[in-house]
Amino acid sequence: MIETAINFALFTMLVVTAIAAARIRHLFAVVMLSGAFSLLSALLLVTLDAVDVAFTEAAVGAGISTVLMLGTLALTSRREKIPSHRPTIPLIVVLVTGAAIIYGTLDMPNFGSANSPAQTGVAAEYIERSPHEIGVPNIVTAILASYRGYDTLGETGVVFTAGVGVLMLISGLRTRRRREDEEDDDEAEEAG
Amino acid sequence: MRHHLILRVITKLLAGAIMLFAFYVQFHGDYSPGGGFQAGVILAVAFVLYGLVFGLPAVQAVLPPWVVHKMMALGVLVYAGTGVISLFTGYAFLDYTALNPAHPEHGQELGILWVEGGVGITVTGVMVAIYYAFAGRPPRISDEEW
Amino acid sequence: MDWAYLLGHLNYWLFIVMMMTGLYIVIARGNLVKKIVGLNIFQTAVFMFYISIGKVTGGTAPIFPTDMKIDPETVYTNPLPHVLILTAIVVGIATTSLGLALVVRIRESYDTIEEDDILDIETRIAREENREYGDAMGGRA
Repeated sequence: MIETAINFALFTMLVVTAIAAARIRHLFAVVMLSGAFSLLSALLLVTLDAVDVAFTEAAVGAGISTVLMLGTLALTSRREKIPSHRPTIPLIVVLVTGAAIIYGTLDMPNFGSANSPAQTGVAAEYIERSPHEIGVPNIVTAILASYRGYDTLGETGVVFTAGVGVLMLISGLRTRRRREDEEDDDEAEEAG
Repeated sequence: MRHHLILRVITKLLAGAIMLFAFYVQFHGDYSPGGGFQAGVILAVAFVLYGLVFGLPAVQAVLPPWVVHKMMALGVLVYAGTGVISLFTGYAFLDYTALNPAHPEHGQELGILWVEGGVGITVTGVMVAIYYAFAGRPPRISDEEW
Repeated sequence: MDWAYLLGHLNYWLFIVMMMTGLYIVIARGNLVKKIVGLNIFQTAVFMFYISIGKVTGGTAPIFPTDMKIDPETVYTNPLPHVLILTAIVVGIATTSLGLALVVRIRESYDTIEEDDILDIETRIAREENREYGDAMGGRA
């Protein structure tokens, strides 16, 4: 019972934070609210027993992502303009999409039910086999690095690729290369 | 931030502690929540914090950009290299039993350690590189305007 | 529509309310930084929704005791969604920063990060090109 109460208190705060982020036009406040949203969601993830995920969310969402967004604000602007359109069409789109997804959840098993399809699949086998096959107490680490090692290799590759993309976009490495190319061209012209 | 004495002192105290915690998370990830992804982000946060308070040149003197760029690729190579080792000893790609065929469980532990290390190196490199890229651009809003 | 069903589904619906708030920010607001914040909120709501599917009532976090003496009575929450979402969070921040880098570049090229202003500039450039080269391309469009 106390867990349900904590859950709903956290839910209320999360929804209020999200709506406030939608309404406020001062971008600094919006970025701070998004950091607060991440911290609150980390708390909620702890009550859902996902301690590893909560840890990651707290470190990533409230730490790095806020710093990067503030860095972007310093390079762009602090205030959002007053939107020129009326929000009617987006509201209709959002309400219809939301209603469709809620209709989809009606058939789902109750929250926390032990015999839902998600529990009866491969997960039960992981819990049963990992103590003697892997021997690592943290099942999440065992699955992440061993059973689903291919998956994690791919994810690491995605992180690497995104980092390379950022470097190509804004690190200034490209312009230096171009300047060297121009110098090469000049030398070639002089030689020719 | 030259005039914020308290921030500067606290940052110097905290940066080391944050790094130590990152390594704890990295190597204790088998027993408690944590692992390469979290440790990488936390280690990067230590450098980001140092850079925020002391400025970009100071942190780039500690960790030059070329090192960071090499780290990004090195982590993926360590990860994939672990897989290639098992490939060459006659097992499937990323089957850690190959690392210690006599004791498959020890092999698994070793494989997880290397793989998590690779993840940690890449994530640290990418996060720090992204921070350097953003902080290296000339700012448009001066400090007073915030 | 009994009470248990309502309580068992209410949290799914609250996740969906958060998701839709994020979607609303993405499609209704013109500021690019704010769009990315909206995308982040949407993403985090999806993560929490996904994790909540794996939760078992009375279960505990999926970590065995350090001495590996496992009590067969203990119920562990499904660790599989945790693994998938853990990596997704880190990939999410990497792609978010890619988006922010694009925003920075757009500001440097257009001197604004408002969608409406960018569209105006683009339309003006297209009109000018049309006026200049339209005849050569087979008449004005």
